[in-house]
Amino acid sequence: MPGTISFRRKAVDRTMKALFCLAAILVILPLFLIFFDLLIKGGKELKLTLLIDLPHPVGEPGGGIANGIVGTLVITLMTMLWSVPTAVMCGIYLAEYGKGKFASAVRFAADTMTGVPSIIMGIFGYILLVLPMKRFSAWAGATALSMIFIPVVVRTTEEMLRTVPTTVREAALALGIARWKATLRITVRTAWPGILTGILLAMARIIGETAPLLFTALGNQFWQSHLDQPMAAVPLQVFTYAISPYEDWHDKAWAGALVLIAMVLVINIAARVITRQKR
Amino acid sequence: MENVFEIRDLSSWFGENQVLKKIRMDIAKNSVTSVMGPSGCGKSTFIRCLNRMHDMTPGFRMEGEILLDGTNIYSEKVDPVYLRRRVGMVFQQPNPFPRMSVFENVAVGLKLNGRKLSRADISEKVERSLVMAALWNEVKDHLTQSGVSLSGGQQQRLCIARALAVEPEVLLMDEPCSALDPASTSKIEDLIEDLSEKYTIAVVTHNMQQAARISDQVAFFLMGELIEMDKSGKIFTNPSDKRTEEYITGRFG
Ligand SMILES: Nc1ncnc2c1ncn2[C@@H]1O[C@H](COP(=O)(O)OP(=O)(O)O)[C@@H](O)[C@H]1O
Ligand SMILES: [Mg+2]
Repeated sequence: MPGTISFRRKAVDRTMKALFCLAAILVILPLFLIFFDLLIKGGKELKLTLLIDLPHPVGEPGGGIANGIVGTLVITLMTMLWSVPTAVMCGIYLAEYGKGKFASAVRFAADTMTGVPSIIMGIFGYILLVLPMKRFSAWAGATALSMIFIPVVVRTTEEMLRTVPTTVREAALALGIARWKATLRITVRTAWPGILTGILLAMARIIGETAPLLFTALGNQFWQSHLDQPMAAVPLQVFTYAISPYEDWHDKAWAGALVLIAMVLVINIAARVITRQKR
Repeated sequence: MENVFEIRDLSSWFGENQVLKKIRMDIAKNSVTSVMGPSGCGKSTFIRCLNRMHDMTPGFRMEGEILLDGTNIYSEKVDPVYLRRRVGMVFQQPNPFPRMSVFENVAVGLKLNGRKLSRADISEKVERSLVMAALWNEVKDHLTQSGVSLSGGQQQRLCIARALAVEPEVLLMDEPCSALDPASTSKIEDLIEDLSEKYTIAVVTHNMQQAARISDQVAFFLMGELIEMDKSGKIFTNPSDKRTEEYITGRFG
């Protein structure tokens, strides 16, 4: 009877919908668990001194991760300073000019690099800069992070440019605008919110990276304004504090993690706001 | 009458597929020439040859000559970028630049094609182009609004204003009304008549009534060949080729 079939189909429909929804809950659950766990465990160390003080030696109460916060910001900005132009221009090349074998090779290399474990990038920075310079440095840290940042932004830039309709490029050329100008000032501009979102998401990703910095920036107990010297970074401090045997350092590790998540959250929210403005 | 374009034995191919066959045509100054014919007969391919829009299409190849004021536009000496400033284009789908305001859409060609103009000059040229495109009254209070927020017909007139802003001599239009409603279509048809006083216009259309209404000359294409070209009065009442007659009486296409 048609009625029964329809009844069964509805039941299956509902069950499947519930399963999909359950999967969605499973996906967001860890984020909330981590966040609440961090709030509970790191909350008690989350004071102003955490943000403005240098680390104190073991046993001495108080102290903060101010040098790490600044170090993370400095290393991230250094990374982006040369990686954003390089990656965006490479993405433009792939989307607007890249038809041949060379372009396919670049695409393949970028995809492969995206999948390489980040510790390899740390070792790469170590071999490329730390060994020749004979010291750990912020430069080396930023170099290692670039290896993670660039391939991601190259591919998102390319994809975002591909969403720009051909009619936009044709309209620009038909106005008698030179091709490079049409590309930069019209095609890239059209795709810009998407490209910027990709840049911010990649930035959020490198802010939390620890492994690439272990062999490169190394970390530092003090302020460091020289970029050719070891520099502190929040992920490194979290790592050091977390593997230490001291109870009060563990609390700091939690608080540091909270700061890190907060930074990532701010960047992600910024990315969302930009994506929304696109419409 | 003086000819702006003289097309001599133009043949073209996409890969192995020959799309245009030995086209010979003259386009007179300050006239409206319609290119008419069934879908797929090569109208768009033909009109895009006139501003070298195929330059970047892989597999495109052509033979013959297209003379603009006596110079072959495909010769080494001619820079396609400058050519396109003289020969503007309006496309089938209205395509204002997304993420640009109405004003910017019209100003962008002026700003990006290398001439140094003052702000006041640009504003004045933008206004003049919008007036010419019969859009000024509708958008003068919304110049900062996004171009794509306009209605379809307004968007197409915005595209016409954008093309006029760089002060071309020739305007190519590839089925400019096919995506529009009848009211917008008739606005654009009126506009084409007005513009033909100052500009040389070539319009692709597969709408015969439209061709009859707006054009001085009509060219009838069939399977890549120019079958017949004549005054619009003549071609619709007394065509000299049997295939033209069959087409306009609706026996095919
Ligand atoms: N970019 C292209 N690549 C390959 N073939 C094309 C391309 N553009 C058009 N053609 C072919 O050329 C022929 C004519 O197309 P077109 O000029 O667009 O016709 P019309 O505008 O008269 O409808 C068609 O057979 C079409 O498949
Ligand atoms: Mg066409």
